[in-house]
Amino acid sequence: MPDTLGAALLIARKDLAIEFRTRTAFFSAVVFALLAIVIFFFAWDPTAVAASDLAPGVLWVIFTFSGLLGLHRSFGVELADRALDGLLGAPVPRHAIYLGKAMANLVFVLAIEVIAVPAVALFYDMPLGGAAGVAALAALMVLAAIGLVAVGTLFAAMSVNTRLGELLLPMLSLPFFVPIVVPAAQTTARLLAGRPVVESVGWLKILVAFDLVFVAACTVAFPYTLED
Amino acid sequence: MTTPAVAAEARYAVEVETLVRAFGRRRAVDGVSFTLDAGDCLAVFGPNGAGKTTLLRVLAGLLRPTSGRALVAGVSLPGGQGARQRIGFISHASMLYAALTARENVEFAARLFGVPDPRGAAARALDAMRMTPRADAPVRSLSRGMQQRVSIARAMVHAPSVVLLDEPFTGLDASGAAALTAVLGALRESGAALVLVTHNLEEGLALATHAAIMTAGVFARHESRASLDAHAYADTYRTLVSVDA
Repeated sequence: MPDTLGAALLIARKDLAIEFRTRTAFFSAVVFALLAIVIFFFAWDPTAVAASDLAPGVLWVIFTFSGLLGLHRSFGVELADRALDGLLGAPVPRHAIYLGKAMANLVFVLAIEVIAVPAVALFYDMPLGGAAGVAALAALMVLAAIGLVAVGTLFAAMSVNTRLGELLLPMLSLPFFVPIVVPAAQTTARLLAGRPVVESVGWLKILVAFDLVFVAACTVAFPYTLED
Repeated sequence: MTTPAVAAEARYAVEVETLVRAFGRRRAVDGVSFTLDAGDCLAVFGPNGAGKTTLLRVLAGLLRPTSGRALVAGVSLPGGQGARQRIGFISHASMLYAALTARENVEFAARLFGVPDPRGAAARALDAMRMTPRADAPVRSLSRGMQQRVSIARAMVHAPSVVLLDEPFTGLDASGAAALTAVLGALRESGAALVLVTHNLEEGLALATHAAIMTAGVFARHESRASLDAHAYADTYRTLVSVDA
């Protein structure tokens, strides 16, 4: 029998293979992200709000809502033909299912970030601050994505079997996204403004703390969401 | 195919004792008891809503019993990974991923069950169900009957010692039905116990060593196949089902 990590990797690989073949959620999320960037851009009055003030908010609104598209889909593929029964009937720990789904969702959100960050930088003419700035921004994106995915994957599992799953997922997830999005947006604003990374250490610590708490708590809680 | 050894201390391959599964106030399974030895096959007949599928889902470890107990190879269900390792479950739904090929679906299951040489095991399972020519076709492009064959290959790829089948012949053509019968025969010879839920008396009795008629969550009749006459049994079944309806 595969161990927890082995089973999680199997499930993540399977989910990514399905998404790669169908591309439904990814294309929807990318189209949403680009449309949102364009709409925010044309609604923006540069004489009233500086780009460095607006861009971080735009970025995190986009990541939050486009991420939800992928999160909902991650358990949606298990409902068709009750493939979830196949997973639950397999001799793998329940939390391996969670970790596998979360890994695939993390790749999904990171892929959106890879497209959306340069697009926002282009539209708002934001310098990314050279190699050090890009590296710091990339690290921030990964940290924030881990938090969003940890919470979102748990609530996606909870909401998928309900009739109003698409409505329930954001209603459950968004309040828990706040402690992730606030430090992420604050740090993004500082990095895009070209401020030194040390100024953001406090926010980053909060982000790491929430990541640890959410990953641990959601991994423990996940098996109970699958109880009949 | 080799079958995982039944726990040495287990008296039966499957042991069900006054099993109850309720949904709210409704008892879908209401005090069912039976035992199966290795190589036995219990055919469960009954009308829609009798509780047959719920019974199978409890035995598959997908539903928790409300009371009573169910053991597979001596392990109490829903049990842990050890119990699930021994069970193969074929349900109404195919449990397949439409975007993946037949081979990828079966191989994924083989890997999840820790089967050595998952690629070879998947190829053999698909071959047993006569699906080799379409093994690399996406499941979504297969007919309902072919999806059923892949679903059966998926459930058998880890050589389970207990096989739970919910209307497995539905949607199969003559070739598929013959392949399934051959696979089930081979599994029984290797010591696997089968629980087969079906509406088709002829199909069920052909495979069964034991037969039960389930109505309203209970076994209205439960006996050895050897002790019953197929014609008389059909009359009894019709009577019980019409009374229940």
